Amino acid sequence: MNPVMKSMLTLGLIAAICTALVAVTWQLTHARIADNQQALLEQSLQPALAGIEFDGKVSQSRLVLPPPHGLPGQDAAIVYRVYREGRPVAALIAVTARDGYAGPVRVLVGVAYDGHVTGVRILEHRETPGLGDRIAEDRSDWVYQFDDRSIGDPPLPGWRIRRDGGEFDQLSGASVTPRAVLKAIRETLVYFDGHKDALFAAGDLPEEDE
Amino acid sequence: MRRGSFVEQLRTGLWRDNPGLVQLLGLCPLLAVTTSFVNGAGLGIATLAVLVASNGLVSATRRWLRPEIRIPIYVLIIASLVTCIELVFKAWFPTLDRSLGIFIPLIVTNCAIVARAEVFASRHSIARSIADGFGMGLGFALLLSGIGLFRELIGNGSLFSRMDLFVGGPPLPGLVIADQGWLLAILPPGAFFALALAVAGKNTLDRRQRRKEPGARLAPSRRRKFVRR
Repeated sequence: MNPVMKSMLTLGLIAAICTALVAVTWQLTHARIADNQQALLEQSLQPALAGIEFDGKVSQSRLVLPPPHGLPGQDAAIVYRVYREGRPVAALIAVTARDGYAGPVRVLVGVAYDGHVTGVRILEHRETPGLGDRIAEDRSDWVYQFDDRSIGDPPLPGWRIRRDGGEFDQLSGASVTPRAVLKAIRETLVYFDGHKDALFAAGDLPEEDE
Repeated sequence: MRRGSFVEQLRTGLWRDNPGLVQLLGLCPLLAVTTSFVNGAGLGIATLAVLVASNGLVSATRRWLRPEIRIPIYVLIIASLVTCIELVFKAWFPTLDRSLGIFIPLIVTNCAIVARAEVFASRHSIARSIADGFGMGLGFALLLSGIGLFRELIGNGSLFSRMDLFVGGPPLPGLVIADQGWLLAILPPGAFFALALAVAGKNTLDRRQRRKEPGARLAPSRRRKFVRR
């Protein structure tokens, strides 16, 4: 057999063995991975729904709004609509604050049907460790100051950090990040106020369990 | 394989030719993920597993390795193994996987692994190659964990925080020693300082050892055997 053919066969054989190895591993793990991802999604969503009672899983009634959508950020906004006995009670809106210090910050805003904030969580960010990263709830209490507030409380001009004349805390040593996140929250609340009926009317209600 | 040679190989990987301290290979993950003990140890263990398996597989196929296709074969083997490890992490350590992010798939590019395949596994028996992979992997994992521990202590004022990433459950704060640390240590420059201190420490110890027993010097040829990248 000529050497090129031999090399080709060897490579092909080893490629087949390696592929089989990956395929077997995938078979053994893919169900667990899917469960984990679902659980992780629920786990990351539910804390932003403080004080709201709801049926089923939050991630069931997902709505993807492709840009342009009027919400902060240029990528698709994701809205999870939350129901209790068929009636809308709250929505979780994942938006992007584009003007973070180190790139976009993905923010999850939980807002009850009446407009008050049920929780804010930072989904993704690349802010500086020790400074801007204190927006995340495992670093500081910063995100909790929005709980139960709404765009009437304080009125819209107050939805700024204190340095800009508003009513919310910045972080010492980092004001760019809080300013960006706060702006995204404010715009999300304004959007929800104007569009909530359309949001809940879009698509189907989650299937009723018999 | 004799027991003595296994111990010798462990010592080579852990100390004499430690992939991070002596060969200075795999610095990208070493510098990037060692912001805490749990991250360093997590990536260290993943790298160890890949290194043992890749050394074993490369050694098992060494008879069919033709020089012109050996590099593609290493790449195939290492890439498949890393994919498997990534799937295993996603299935059983999902939070750790999220914390390490892109650095698990990037184990593929860790030149310590290709270097061991080329320098050792393609020339030695399966048992010796696995022992070598274990020694080198353990050396790398311990270095990652140590640097992680050091940077976490200096930069964050804590030890062993977030061990829940390994075992699951609610976030664990670990041992809090100070409320705040010296931030520089967890920023990228801190990684270079920490590694430099570790390398300097090892060199000092080696030199002291050599002075004590003048006959047992490190052969200079041994150090030139490895290509630095």
